[in-house]
This record gives sequence, structure tokens and C-alpha cells, in this order.
Amino acid sequence: MQFPTLTSPHTERPNQVDQTMLMVVLALIPGALAMIWYFGWGILINLVLAAIAALLSEAMAQKLRGRPAFGTLRDLSALVTAMLFALALPPLLPWWLTVLGAAFAILVVKEMYGGIGYNPFNPAMAGYVLLLISYPVPMTTWLAPSVIAEHSLSFGQTLTAIFTRALPAGLSWDALTSATPLDSMRTQLDMNYTVTEIRESPLWGAFGGRGWEWAGNWFLLGGLFLLWRRVITWHIPAAVLGGLLAMATVFFLVDPDTHPFPLFHIFSGGAILCAFFIATDPVTASTTQKGQLIYGALIGIFIYIIRSWGGYPEAVAFAVLLMNMAAPTIDHYTQPRVFGHGRLSDD
Amino acid sequence: MADSTYGNLIKNGLWGNNQALVALLGLCPLLAVTNTAINGLGLGIATLLVLTLSNITVSLIRNVVPEEVRLPIFVLVIASFVTAVELSMNAYFYELYKVLGIFIPLIVTNCAIIGRAEAFASKNNVLRSTVDALAMGVGFTLVLATLGAIREIIGMGTLFSQAHLMFGDAARGFTITLGDDFQGMLLAILPPGAFIGLGLLIALKNILDQRATRAKIATARSGVDASGAQPSSVG
Repeated sequence: MQFPTLTSPHTERPNQVDQTMLMVVLALIPGALAMIWYFGWGILINLVLAAIAALLSEAMAQKLRGRPAFGTLRDLSALVTAMLFALALPPLLPWWLTVLGAAFAILVVKEMYGGIGYNPFNPAMAGYVLLLISYPVPMTTWLAPSVIAEHSLSFGQTLTAIFTRALPAGLSWDALTSATPLDSMRTQLDMNYTVTEIRESPLWGAFGGRGWEWAGNWFLLGGLFLLWRRVITWHIPAAVLGGLLAMATVFFLVDPDTHPFPLFHIFSGGAILCAFFIATDPVTASTTQKGQLIYGALIGIFIYIIRSWGGYPEAVAFAVLLMNMAAPTIDHYTQPRVFGHGRLSDD
Repeated sequence: MADSTYGNLIKNGLWGNNQALVALLGLCPLLAVTNTAINGLGLGIATLLVLTLSNITVSLIRNVVPEEVRLPIFVLVIASFVTAVELSMNAYFYELYKVLGIFIPLIVTNCAIIGRAEAFASKNNVLRSTVDALAMGVGFTLVLATLGAIREIIGMGTLFSQAHLMFGDAARGFTITLGDDFQGMLLAILPPGAFIGLGLLIALKNILDQRATRAKIATARSGVDASGAQPSSVG
């Protein structure tokens, strides 16, 4: 047996926050490009608007707290928050909502709790939930994916629509928008259609909605890149997807007519983005390995529960925020046993 | 005790020991009914009335109440006044009474009231207890009305809507609207808006207090350094 021999230096440079965040930004790019491809320039404009608002808010918060302004701008964490937040937004959202949500995420959810490393809640998801609860109508107005859309907007037209709400002559909002796969599945199930009947519409692809499932695949690719670079470990993504899949499978086996087949849940909405990018946020997630499995599985289970019986069609943000709250408790009960010591009794 | 003068009593009630912002008492009605300025003001005034009447009564009977049963007796006193206030509101402000609903009888459980009865009125004479109750009640009411106003402006884009519930039909014109296309932020009216709003108000109060302390230190220092040398660092 031969052991691999390495030459010095054996100690690598310690992992810095900015490197980790840069990896996350890189890993998000394929998925972001896919979203832009399927849903138009609006996604790109949202990304830029959210990034500007988040970085300005971060700089302002640093100045107010009497710290060097560029200290935490350079670690890119605000940029990652802005990207995750913007990728969850509908393409033609009014610009001031994007700015409001990003500023809330950074100023209130992140900096008011002490800045990077101290925030108990995922800032991107909290910003998204703020908008979703406060402005449900614009937040659920999604465009039809380009593969089935009858009209597409140019860059200039998209910009006009985002900033002035004006559409080019002859187009109405109704002609452009379409329910998301999760939304239409839910509404039509409520109207007593069976899953097979619902899936006859051209909206549907192999697993989820057309366009949506492919964006999901590209996010999956980014997630695998993060796993390969060891930015994240397998525990949380596997547990989130496993929990969601387990719930979906049980209900699918009980009654396949009223419960969409399990992979539908994985490839719809933000499940993959959540499993690899949002739930794995090192600040707000559980930190022990056993804890991460519990934390992830419960996120998956909550996604299924809220999607199926909650008030909103998409549940990723609510599930993540709920489990953020539980993460410290999970950590407390899953501390690994220190070698040489007995089992700790709960005090 | 430090708060020996009437001036101090008033200052404590309105600011230094504000029941809502510092003691964080009576949060349940505070968070539940403050979705408009008028609702906040209405419940605040009802609380102020009960607080004043109960403080006066508790102070009057403080020497005859046995130590062992004082709390049940205080609660009885408070509950009687709450019932009286509830019945009067039912008679004279019926619409407002309907809006505030369960939170009027719940004034009985407002910790701020039993807190003042136990901590102050049972140990002080009638006049001081009255001043204390008025100051504490006004401080509580101001917070309720301010929080209500903030939530109403952000959530609905109006201020003093439904003022006629309280001030009669002449007040219908009091309502201020921020423009017709204002899209209210629903969150502000929902329960989370109350928590976030109260948190921001407490933060604002702490900032003002810090500023005041710093200014005091700065003047004290400049008094010492009056010989001409600049203080090297302030705060």
C-alpha cells in the first residue's frame, strides 16, 4: 500500500469569507443565465437593481456603525444575498419593490442583528417574505417562460415596464403573464382536476413546468460545483431534497390523482436553489452534522406541507425562515460527543 | 427613592420609565390594536382612565388592605373600573367599542396597571399616585397612538382614518391621505408590523437617550476644560 506523498507547503491559506462568497457567486451564474434565457431581461435588471441596493445599504450601515465602509463590501456577502433575493423575484416586479426588499434584507435583517455572522435569519429570504406578504399581487405576477410565451419583451421594453409599468402598445399584462407551475397545479387541484388532466397543458415539461425545470437543472449544476469545491457539505442539500421527496412520495403513493408525482416538487419553484444555496447559508443553518441533517429534512418537509396546505403556492422562503428559528435549538441537542468524555447529560 | 419630586414622576412616566418603551408592559393590547392611530388612541385613553381611577382607589385603601390578599383586591378594583369603562364606551362610543372588541375587557390583565398599583399606589399618598398614573397613562397612550400612526401611514397611506369613531361626525375631515396611488405595505398592518414598529420605536428612544448622555458628558468636560484645551475625544 502506498500513501500519496505531497511536497510542502502542507498548510493551505485559511479559507476566507470572500473566497467562499465568490464561489457561491460563480455557482449561481449558470442558473441565473438560464433564468434570464427563460424569463427575459427582467431577471438581469432585478439582479442589478438588487445588487446596487444591497451594496449601498451595506456601505451605509457600515458608515452608521462607524466601521470602514469597504470592510464588509469586499467579502461579497451582500452581493450573494442580493443575487439569491433577486433570483426569487418575478421578472417584471416594479423597481422600487426590488430596492425595498434588498435594503430591508441588508439593513434590518442582517446589519441590525450585528452584520455578517450574527443574523439569525437568512436575509435574502426575509426580504422576499417581506415583499410577498406586503405586496402579494405584483409578487405573484410571473411571466410565461420563453419556450411557450407568445410575446417576448426587448431589453428596452422590459426596462420601461419595470420602471414605469408601461407595456408596449397592443400588449396587456394578461397576455404576458402566466401562473407558475406550482400555482397552476394548486389552483387546478382545488378545482377538482386530476394531476393527469392538469399536465395536458403545454405549460408542463418532463418533471415540472417547462423552462422552470431547466433553470432548476442549472442551479443543480452550480450546487454540485459548490460540493466539489467543498464550499458546502452534502448534508443539508441531501436532507432538504430527501425530506421533500419523502413527503411527496408518501402522498403520491396514497393518491396519485390529487398529489403530483414526487419529482415535480423537486423541479418546481425554488426547491433546488433552496437546497444548495439558501438552506446551506453557514450563518443561519445548523452547524453540527447531525443537526444539519435534521435541519435540512425539516425544511424539505415544511416545503411540502406549506406548498400543499398553506396559503401561498411557494413555500421555500417560509420553510427556511421557520427552520432558521429552530437552528440554535437543533445545535444544542446535537453537539457531538467529545472524544474521551461520556455522553453529556442535558442540563 | 430617586423620583421624589412631581417633576420626576412626570418625566419617568412619559420617558424614563415609559411603560411601553422601557418596562415593556401591556404589550398584548399595544401590539394588537395599534393598526390605526385612532384605535391606538382609543385604547390608550381607556387604559389611562382605568389606570388613574385604580391608582387613586388603591392609594386610598392602601392602609386597610392586608398584605397577604393585596393582589386579589387590586385586581378586583381594576376589574370594576374596566367594567365601568367598557360599559361607558358601549354606551357613548359604540363604533369604537366594536373595533377594539376584546381588548377593552383585557385591560384588566394589562400588567402596567397592576404594576403601578403594586409598585407605586400601594406605597404613596393619593395626590402622588394620581400624578404617577396620569404620567404613566399618557406615556402609554402616546406610544400607542404613535405606533398606530406609523403603522397606518405605512400600511394604508392614511392618517386618522375613522376619526369620527372617537370625535363624532365633525372629525370625518381629519383623515389625511398620502395620494391615491399609494400602495400600502400590508406587513405594517399585520402583527409582524407591530413588533417591528415597536422595536424601531425602542431603538429610537435608546438613540435619543444615548445622544443626551453624550451631550451631558461633553458639556461637563468642556466645563472642566474651560481653560482653553479642547477635549481630546468625545464619546
